[in-house]
Amino acid sequence: MRRAYFKNNWIAALVVAPQLLIIFVFFYWPTTQALYWAFTFEQPWGGGNEWAGFENFRMILTDDRYWQSIRVSIVYAAGATILSMGMALILAVFADRQLRGYKYYRIGAIWPYAVAAPAVGLAFRFIFNPSAGIMSYVNAAFPGFWDPILNGDHALLMVIIAGAWKQVAYNFIFFLAGLQSIPRSLIEAGAMDGATVLRRMGDIQLPLLAPTFFFVLVINITDSFTDSFGIVDTMTGGGPARATNLMVYKIYVDGFQGLDYSGAAAQSIILMFLVIALTVIQFRYIERKVHYT
Amino acid sequence: MAKIDIRQVRKSYGKDEVISGVDLTVNNGEFVVILGPSGCGKSTLLRMIAGLEDISGGEISIGGTVVNDLEPRQRGCAMVFQNYALYPHMTVAENIGYALKVAGMKKPERLEKVRTVAKSVGLEEFMDRKPGQLSGGQRQRVAMARAIIREPAVFLFDEPLSNLDAKLRVQMRHEIRRIHNRIKATSVFVTHDQHEGMTLADRMVIMNKGTIDQVGTPEEVYNRPATVYVAGFIGSPAMNFLSGQISAEQSAIVLADDSRVEIASEHARAHPGALVQLGLRPEDLTLCAPGSGHLSGTFDFYEELGSAGLYHLMIEDVPFSVLSSAKPRFAHGDPIGVLVDTSRVHVFAAKDGRRIDTEARIPQQMEPAE
Repeated sequence: MRRAYFKNNWIAALVVAPQLLIIFVFFYWPTTQALYWAFTFEQPWGGGNEWAGFENFRMILTDDRYWQSIRVSIVYAAGATILSMGMALILAVFADRQLRGYKYYRIGAIWPYAVAAPAVGLAFRFIFNPSAGIMSYVNAAFPGFWDPILNGDHALLMVIIAGAWKQVAYNFIFFLAGLQSIPRSLIEAGAMDGATVLRRMGDIQLPLLAPTFFFVLVINITDSFTDSFGIVDTMTGGGPARATNLMVYKIYVDGFQGLDYSGAAAQSIILMFLVIALTVIQFRYIERKVHYT
Repeated sequence: MAKIDIRQVRKSYGKDEVISGVDLTVNNGEFVVILGPSGCGKSTLLRMIAGLEDISGGEISIGGTVVNDLEPRQRGCAMVFQNYALYPHMTVAENIGYALKVAGMKKPERLEKVRTVAKSVGLEEFMDRKPGQLSGGQRQRVAMARAIIREPAVFLFDEPLSNLDAKLRVQMRHEIRRIHNRIKATSVFVTHDQHEGMTLADRMVIMNKGTIDQVGTPEEVYNRPATVYVAGFIGSPAMNFLSGQISAEQSAIVLADDSRVEIASEHARAHPGALVQLGLRPEDLTLCAPGSGHLSGTFDFYEELGSAGLYHLMIEDVPFSVLSSAKPRFAHGDPIGVLVDTSRVHVFAAKDGRRIDTEARIPQQMEPAE
């Protein structure tokens, strides 16, 4: 590859400036602000703040509601990740078999990724509406079977399904690419060795998919911590009784509805470190460990 | 042990027919090499025997059973792939033993067998390595061991040596022949390398554009090529071709510059006036003084081959080569005469490229398959 060199450092600086500016305005500045707020008591209407040290963190970490939010977030992360990865894997394995019409099927499976989270939330809100959606028929047969408006477990399940559905397309792309990068001759060798289609999937394709699998796993968990806001906001608003109050949603509620900037800032710092930790795991361990050549 | 019968087999992808009606019988325990340039359909034919490609028409039977609709695992074939196709996440031992594991053989028995087979191909020290940690030759051995361990009725090789360097290729070639002599499985070996074909084969199959041009022992194919195509493909340095016409009166082939190469009169009378391609192998020719000999040309350039020298001439603008161990010196443009061993000329009809018999004795004609 050719590399460009600038003799004049000013031009170089000018070229990178827009990108740096964007990163600064949308990442470093808010992050430092949040960091600052997290260690101060910020007044709701602005105008002066007071140094608080770790008091904000202490308050959050001793608050049962915060731990409850963490629990819900973990359930959501696990549920949405398992569901979406499982479904994506099944879809990708079949797309990879290149049966008739698989090209249309492949496009169909990728499409949902283009739908914005709030739109997904809205659509699933109709689908799972206990008195108007598909589930209303089930409810008619078994009264009270499905009620996400009052039943927290139902609401959480509903959010998990919507979140997973949105993520399936993304996972599908990676799984399909991973499967297609496995040389066809390996699968043929498996066939010659006497393995059936299922056996070949289990013994050859899935183990060779491991690097993709771990990558997608980390991305999904990270995503479920940060990108679930739109779905929760449109579907449940964190309810009922905070049953779907995920960490990222709680930050919004505490900050912009409860006007507790400092508490929300401290929560977002915690969430940020969680995501950083996951990213470090991704780069340090998984990407290095899983390779064969 | 099994005999393979291929009857009128066709393969087409959409409208493109890549194999058009091939007939071939591979006898029990025989080593058959399918030779041809890339794109001639040889790998496709092999993969149809293996069951990795559907058969568009015709019938393939192995050991008397028609296998057209059987899965690869039901056919009893083992295959060595061009890129070896080793499972990268399994150790050498696991790679070799995978077929037995799939077949449900108990672990102690399986490991014992893996050890025996690995030892027979010299891999016992590498059992716990992954394929990524092996050299090309070692990977090749693993691929061989993986095929041997199943004790298959039929052994299929898809250009297994083409990824190796020249020296290793010869070595592995010998090893494959040794293994064949030991286990005597019916073997089909696909290659584009004529040396591999000549040295390994009991019988050779020369394929050209989806059809078989000739089936025969390496000797037959070399001495009596059935078509111009086979004649040009087999033999190194390659055969020379000159256009000419059979003259019954002169009992010879008359070339464009009126030079003549005599052939037996009964053959000349059988094809009077036929337009032909005269095929002459460089090793059947001798250089001589200008004006003497059968042909005359001018010297172009010289290639040193070690044991002999290859002289490139121009005869009437047609490149022509002569092999000589005497190694005389010439300058560019020098006139040279060429003496032809008339007992070793190959004559092919210009219209269809088929061989026209020209030897005095008439041995049993090898019928080229349609």
